[in-house]
Formats: sequence, structure tokens, C-alpha cells
Amino acid sequence: MSTLSLTSAFSLLLKRDLVLAYRRRAELVNPMLFFVLVTAMFPLGIGNDAKLIEAVGPGVIWVAALLAALLSLDSMFRSDYDDGSLEQFMLSAHPVSILVLAKILAHWLVTGLPLFIVAPLLAVLLNIPASAIPTLMLTLILGTPVLSLIGSVGVALTVGLRRGGVILSILVLPLYVPVLIFATDAVKTAIVGIPTTAQLSILSAMLVGSLVLAPMATAASLRISLS
Amino acid sequence: MTAAATNTAGTYEAQSLECIRDDRVLFEDLSFGINPGQALVLEGRNGSGKTSLLRILCGIRLPESGKLLWEGEDIFRLGPEFHEHIAYLGHKDGSKLDLTPLENLRIAQGLGKASDGIDLEEALDQVGLYGFEDVPTRNLSAGQQRRLAIARLLVTDAKLWILDEPFTSLDRKGIEHMERLFEGHLNRGGMAAMTTHHRIGFRDEVQLVRINLSER
Amino acid sequence: MIIRFFHQMGSPRYFYSVAGKMIPWFMTSFLITLLVGLYYGLFVAPADYQQGESYRIMYIHVPAAWMSMFIYVVMAVSGLISLVWRIKMTEVVVISSATVGASFTFLALATGSLWGKPMWGAWWVWDARLTAELLLLFLYLGIIALHSAIEDKRVAARAVSILALVGVVNIPIIHYSVEWWNTLHQPASITKFDKPSMDMSMLMPLLIMAISFKLYYGAVVLMRARAEIVERERNTRWVQEMVEQEVK
Repeated sequence: MSTLSLTSAFSLLLKRDLVLAYRRRAELVNPMLFFVLVTAMFPLGIGNDAKLIEAVGPGVIWVAALLAALLSLDSMFRSDYDDGSLEQFMLSAHPVSILVLAKILAHWLVTGLPLFIVAPLLAVLLNIPASAIPTLMLTLILGTPVLSLIGSVGVALTVGLRRGGVILSILVLPLYVPVLIFATDAVKTAIVGIPTTAQLSILSAMLVGSLVLAPMATAASLRISLS
Repeated sequence: MTAAATNTAGTYEAQSLECIRDDRVLFEDLSFGINPGQALVLEGRNGSGKTSLLRILCGIRLPESGKLLWEGEDIFRLGPEFHEHIAYLGHKDGSKLDLTPLENLRIAQGLGKASDGIDLEEALDQVGLYGFEDVPTRNLSAGQQRRLAIARLLVTDAKLWILDEPFTSLDRKGIEHMERLFEGHLNRGGMAAMTTHHRIGFRDEVQLVRINLSER
Repeated sequence: MIIRFFHQMGSPRYFYSVAGKMIPWFMTSFLITLLVGLYYGLFVAPADYQQGESYRIMYIHVPAAWMSMFIYVVMAVSGLISLVWRIKMTEVVVISSATVGASFTFLALATGSLWGKPMWGAWWVWDARLTAELLLLFLYLGIIALHSAIEDKRVAARAVSILALVGVVNIPIIHYSVEWWNTLHQPASITKFDKPSMDMSMLMPLLIMAISFKLYYGAVVLMRARAEIVERERNTRWVQEMVEQEVK
């Protein structure tokens, strides 16, 4: 199998998923809307205390991002499982992990990237100083792909189950903890004005690690779910 | 080894397969071989394990025990190298309803071993979907959607077609048409493994290997 | 020799009979070490000059926490073996370990909380080790939930094996991240384990208890594995013959 046809299979599948998302573009805003709504709930629950809101701001944004990512995960393989496309992927002449990577990338572009785009707006809502907004954006662009990658393993394991949703969150949320900790810590450190290189490089390392390992684990999990 | 390799060229062999589902042994010690030009036809009651066996032949499902050899090599060791030789048509069509037939075929071709000589529109024409290239698949009838799924078999170089009830929702003319297509594939040295409720109307020269799973 | 041993242990029937013979040995040695360990831990070891008698809960807490990690690693290793070589017996070990592991994790959390009351004046403090232990409990619960949700038990075993492997890769990262988080936000808390030199008279009972817990785990995992084997193989001839003999 030549590398040329491998990359073309990758881009073919990426394009396919983006086209499918575009044909259902009304659903594209939903994860973003959920992200904004959850974030807006926190000040209402905490009370109108500017200092307090500022203090919990980074944590709130990231917990909301976690929940938004979790909520959108189910759509990653669901329709392909239902209509039999997933079986066809498993029988492809290309390594399944590469195809899986294309699907994860497409899924992130559709559900993860929008979070990154609305983040500055939420930062303003939660009194996060403008100086820390670039760091917040950086943590989101490094961290949300990790959420999609780790999440893909959980979805792959639960896609064949009738009530996979709750189990999915039990499986995936504990694994999200490191991302949550380093991302919020980076933003908090940036608010104080201290360099955040350490946290950001750890997040990058997690991105690289999950980029290498997650597609393989997901491919193996899908094979198990379909058997 | 070379002698064995020439003997096994283009053959598929199953050795003492066993399949258990929900604590029930569906079949055990099942062995057979498929050679170029031959079609394996599985018969048996509902629930006798026809679909399970076809999925095992694809490598989607693991047999409880036994071996599957493509040209003498274990299919699980071959992985994608085995998959480039097979095309599977399951209960589900595997087409995306939001895409057009042409788009669906392009993906099927990209997933398989890319074959230069095959024109996608010609494949659609062969299954009687000429003129429906750009209609969303959602708007096709059930029979037309099944035809599209069959067209998928034509766009790669796959030698072994694994067909689970390929004639579902086709009318009598459609079934006859598809039988001619399958015959053509077998006459070109292809292989097939299939189940069907219909009596198969292949011409006499086609070699059928019949296995009845209920009478074992 | 070793390969042959593993090959034989791969056969459910052989495993069943060998495990049956091993369980009494594990059980007796567990009880002996438990009594010795508890006696030395509760009566012989001196009271701590800072914490008084309350530190003695350590003899349950620390070995339980060790076990919670140990069992997870055992699960991941047997998961890897069952995925790569498709050995049925290691699949059974994965499943049988999950509940025992979760119980030890829960025990570690409960005793940690009891210990925390006199030390910190609160039942729960977001201490790094306790938090990591809590997350470990969630990982165990995820494995148990996934296993019970999948009907085909062989498929379930393989799915759980993957999850255990993903978890074992993540546990060090989770630990590191929780420690990072803890040092930044709660620098004031005293860690219970900051004892560079523990007296031998305190350490020995701890080690005996650790061995005792491992023996217990061995006994329980063999029992559960035997039960699982009989259930899985209930349609085979050897299980049915065995049941008939039991009935007579």
C-alpha cells in the first residue's frame, strides 16, 4: 500500500465528515451554545461577586469545555455505526488507526474549534483580564484536541451499547483530569502575570502523546465493539 | 514453501471454525475452501449462524477457535493486506444518506485498494442507477439503496465478495440483474460467499459450494 | 518450561483444578499473616510521638492503597496478555480483579478519611494522595460499569482490557497532575507519609500487612476466576460432568 493512497484515504475521510457536518450545519452551533450556557450558569449560581467570579473563571470555562466536549463525543461514531459505514472502515485496505485519526480531526474541527472561537467572549463575561486571554486560547487549542482523542477511545468502547451515554462519561471524565488541572493552572498563572511555559509544554506533551496512542486504542476498541 | 504458495494462490480456506453465541454453539469443526470461480452458499434456518459465519469470514468477528487462511496465510496476521481482497455487503448498506451515490462510491473506492480502471459512473450504470449520480441517497427507494450498496463491490479490485442477503428489497428483475453481475464476477476468477432466502438462479457452469448450517 | 506452564494454565479445566488446590493455601497464609500483622501493628509497635495511637490505622490504610495500585497494574498486564495472545484465563483475571481492586481503593479512601479526622479536623481534605485515590476509584468503577453493560462476556473482557491499558498509561499522569495541583493550592497541609526514617518496629507490621493483603487478593481472585470459568464453560462436557458428580 503506497503512502500516497494512504494520505488520500485520510483526506477523503476528513473531507467526507466535513461535508456531512456541513449538510447538517444547523447542528454545528449546538456544542458552542451549550458551552456558553453552562458558563453563564455559574455566576448565577455563585452570586454577583466580581472577585469570586474572577477567581473561579478559568476553572468554570474549562469545566464547561469538558462538559461540551463530553456531550458532543457521542456523535463521533454513532451514525457510522448505525448505517454500517463503520464495518466498512474496519474492512478497509488501510490501517484503521489512520482512518480513525481523520474522523477525530474532523470531529474536533466541528465541535472543538468553535469552543476556541467563543472563548474570548466568555473570558469577558467572567472578568478574566485581557492579558490572560491569549493563554486561555492557547490552552483550549492544545487541550480540546486531547479531549477529543481520549474521548474517542471511550466512544469506541461504548458505541455498540444501547445506553452508552452515562457509561461514556464515567469512563472518560477521570481521564480528563490532567488536562483540566494544567489548563486552568496555566490560565490562573497568566492572570497573575507569571510565565506559563511549564504548563503549556506539559499540555503539548499530552497532545503529542494522545495523538500517537489514542488512534491505535480507538481502532482496537472499535474492532471489539463491532465483533 | 513455494510449492504450497502456488497451490494456494487466490484461495480462501477455513479450518475447523467454531462459533459460540449466547452460550449456544452455532457450529463447530467447520472446514471448507473457496477457490477462484467458486461461490460458497450458506443455507440454514434463521439463527443458525449464517451472518455470524460471514462476519467471521470478513475478519470482523473472531471465531471461538479455528483458522482462516488467505492464500495460506492467517488473515488476522495479514490485516489490511487481507482486506484489500474482500468486499463485504452486510445487512446494513453502509452508505451515507446525506451523500450522493457518486460521493458514496468515491469513499468506498478510497477505502479499498485504489483501482484505476474503474469508472464510478459506469459502476452506477451497471446496477441500474444511471441518472441518479447526484440525487441525495436519502431520496432513493430501498431497492435503489441496495443497488448502490452492490455497486460498491464493483469499484475495487476485491476478489472475494462476502454477501449477506444481497437481494433484500430488490424486485424480481433486479435480482436477476444482480445474479448476472455476480456470475460475471465469478467467471472472471472472482469468489463469493453468500446467504440468501431466494433460490439462486446462477447458470449451471457456476460452481457452488453449499453448506447447510442447520443440518450439521 | 515456563511457556508450557502458561500453556497449561491457559486451559480453563486445568486452571480450575489447580486454582481449587491453591485457594486453601492462600487463605491460611492470609489469616496467619493478618493476625501476626495486626498483633504487631496494634499492640507491639510503639505509639507515634506526634499522632499518638491514631496513626495505627495506617496498617490498614497504607497496604490498601498499595493494593489499589498493584491490582490495577495486574489488571492492565493481564489485559495486555489477553488482547495480544487471546488467552481466556487472563481475561478472567482482569474481570475478577476489578471488584477486588475497587474494594481496596474504597477501603483506602475510607480509612484515609477516618485518619484525616483527628489529623486535619475534617473527614475529607483534598490532599494529593486522597484525590488521586478517589480518581483511581472512578477508573475502577468505569471498568466495572463497562463490563456489566456489555452482554457478550468475551467481548466485555476485551473491551475492559483496553480500558485498563488506557487507565494504566494515564495513572502516572493523573498522579503527577494532582500533585502539581495540590502543591500550588494547598501548600499548608501536612502529608502523612513524610517520614523519611520509619522505625523498624513500625515498618515491619506494615510490610507483613502488605503481604497479607496480597495473599487475600490472590485467594479472592482465584475464587472469582473459578466462578467465572464455570459460568463461561457451563456448556462444556467437563463442567457438566463435574456438576453431575457434585449432585451425586
